Amino acid sequence: MLRRLHRDQPDDFSFTPANLNWAKAQITKFPEGREASAIIPLLWRAQEQEGWLTRPAIETVADMLGLAYMRALEVASFYFMFQLQPVGSIAHIQICGTTSCMICGAEDLVAICKEKISAQAHVVSQDGKLSWEEVECLGSCTNAPMAQIGKDYYEDLTADRFGEIIDEFRKGGIPKPGPQNNRFSSEPQGGLTSLRDYPRETGQYNASVQRALDRSDTIRRIDGGEEAFVTPWLEKVVAELPSNIKKLPQHATKPATSRVVESKSDHSKHKPATLNGPEEVGADNLKMIKGIGPKIENILNHIGFFHFSQIAKWTIKEVSWVDNNLEGFNGRASRDNWVVQAKLLVAGQNSPIRSRVKNRDIR
Amino acid sequence: MLKDKDRIFTNLYGMHDRSLAGAKTRGHWDGTGQMIRNGRDWIVEKVKGSGLRGRGGAGFPTGLKWSFMPKESDGRPSYLVVNADESEPGTCKDREIMRHDPHTLIEGCLIASFAMNANACYIYIRGEYIREREALQSAIDEAYDAGLLGKNAAKSGWDFNLYLHHGAGAYICGEETALLESLEGRKGMPRMKPPFPAGAGLYGCPTTVNNVESIAVVPTILRRGPEWFTGFGRPNNSGTKLFAISGHVNNPCVVEEAMSISFEELIEKHCGGIRGGWDNLKAVIPGGASVPCIRGENMRDAIMDFDYLREQRSGLGTAAIIVMDQSTDIIKAIWRLSKFYKHESCGQCTPCREGTGWMMRVMERLVTGEAGLEEIDMLLDVTKQVEGHTICALGDAAAWPIQGLIRNFREEIEDRVCSKRTDGISAVAAE
Repeated sequence: MLRRLHRDQPDDFSFTPANLNWAKAQITKFPEGREASAIIPLLWRAQEQEGWLTRPAIETVADMLGLAYMRALEVASFYFMFQLQPVGSIAHIQICGTTSCMICGAEDLVAICKEKISAQAHVVSQDGKLSWEEVECLGSCTNAPMAQIGKDYYEDLTADRFGEIIDEFRKGGIPKPGPQNNRFSSEPQGGLTSLRDYPRETGQYNASVQRALDRSDTIRRIDGGEEAFVTPWLEKVVAELPSNIKKLPQHATKPATSRVVESKSDHSKHKPATLNGPEEVGADNLKMIKGIGPKIENILNHIGFFHFSQIAKWTIKEVSWVDNNLEGFNGRASRDNWVVQAKLLVAGQNSPIRSRVKNRDIR
Repeated sequence: MLKDKDRIFTNLYGMHDRSLAGAKTRGHWDGTGQMIRNGRDWIVEKVKGSGLRGRGGAGFPTGLKWSFMPKESDGRPSYLVVNADESEPGTCKDREIMRHDPHTLIEGCLIASFAMNANACYIYIRGEYIREREALQSAIDEAYDAGLLGKNAAKSGWDFNLYLHHGAGAYICGEETALLESLEGRKGMPRMKPPFPAGAGLYGCPTTVNNVESIAVVPTILRRGPEWFTGFGRPNNSGTKLFAISGHVNNPCVVEEAMSISFEELIEKHCGGIRGGWDNLKAVIPGGASVPCIRGENMRDAIMDFDYLREQRSGLGTAAIIVMDQSTDIIKAIWRLSKFYKHESCGQCTPCREGTGWMMRVMERLVTGEAGLEEIDMLLDVTKQVEGHTICALGDAAAWPIQGLIRNFREEIEDRVCSKRTDGISAVAAE
């Protein structure tokens, strides 16, 4: 189990547009100035999208939340659900090995994994499809032994059934999750001993299994188009809204793929004036604007922005053009009020993180 | 045995309608607005009067905990944080509430938040409960749509927002201050107390952290009256409780029963008895991994409540009962818990960070028998040095199972060591 950055890292990471909107909506759950609270859900969504948590992903999330990279990395390396190394392309299988499961046969499941996947935990199988590890209590103890595969719990396992499940995954299928011994959920297997007074109303499967079957996203990479994430607190209690997010998330509920396409053509005429290179005095350190990190600075330079004075002149429509053309960072310019910050910087005043830049926290 | 009409979680197994409409037909969300209009003191007094003790393990009186929150705001908002980071080995009760009876929890959040002057509440659910998170989120969305959350929630005049947040697989985040650290976006390392969360918790604001079950039972207590709740269980241990029985019983299950039920009745009524009969019972861990085990023969007549089990030098904890029969290697079972605590120690305090590893390595050798007899006492001594010398209770929790093992099964360890011993040279102590 690797608890530091993996040796081989991809060059780049960006959220899919829908995931980006989802992530922005997550941030609205927290009071202004406390955006860092959203780090775990954002890192998790990055992992759901990519399969494992890469360095560019951690840095992207840190940029989104205005955190130093180290702060994000220490969160990523502290929590064990974050896989900091590549996992099997189909699934990473997590077997609960803590006492309740152990005394009910979890060791047999581990033996199956060693036989069918790889001799060592966290080592991807030869065909690249699967990997496994033994994890600590997954909180399904009355259904022991059990394993988590993707989003789902496979409970009441036997070694034979577990072997079949692995084979089915390998062949591209998704076996039905939940109890594998025809139990409904966590009731006594021999028949109900309580709650018999009420008529049974629901279908064949418990809530977890039903959701899994409805969505069949057990092991799917999550691109954000699966479900709408609503933020009713934004419409209903406007007073609580952090000012810098006020304009954002009506679009949180709709899939955003279409939005980006339409906006690129619509707004092309609003592209702000750009330069081919920095003026003679040299480019400004755009990272002094809160919300701009090395990655975004690079993108801005690439488009042709090098100076605070350029940013300070953007009109609302131009900001919107920039918002839509920051690949992977859509919406950043307005969310973090770059124009206001740039105006302050041009006037020689402090931006929120100017002092940190001076203290060489940020170069 | 508890009657169905006295059960709070009437959809524990999810066999009935899980939607808001279904919850309403089972009596939830009934008169919520009126209960809130009765006022803060009315609610807190009723909860105090019910004798409800926290269901997350420590058993601290819930009403008393609420009364520590400031009555008047000094400008800072107050928060309720619901601890749904259910990770104690053996415990799987909150999961059933969240996926199958989520509206008990949501309604409880509204009432409890109002009683603590909080306009916002965060539920922190463990990261692995992905389907449970989805189920709970859709129940929350449903409640917003129906006007039960948000502005003027449930027509009570109280503005209330409920947010669902999740962790990413750290047991330590079940400790309340570690949970708050994690919720603020940092590593889950417990904070020193004082200040207690009621003074300075989430974002430095007054905060109360409660277990899912503690919050979810509140609306029913208010509706049916504290006298109804105190009607179950012995004095000071009142109410009904979710028990999760796992391990070597014929039918492991989660079930709601009255407090102070005898162990024998619980197992016979709901679990179909011990696998292989009562003579085959070796040991029981009655309250989740952190409480010491009890020998089988002392367990049959045990009363399942906080006070009785404390007198037996164990505890009710989360009422997660792990049953082990004679086929179990008890030393190995406890070694597995030591491994768990070593894995989950956050690394902040030296006695715990080093001690959990040390204890696990000695336990490992006791399992194989490749140890010296004197190491049993040495191990006991180490557990005493970890216990009580750390910021949070994880150090204690790591020490107790081992102490329970040595207290109850010393001969078995000695037998194993002696039978393995060949030339009388004991192994060197762990590195």
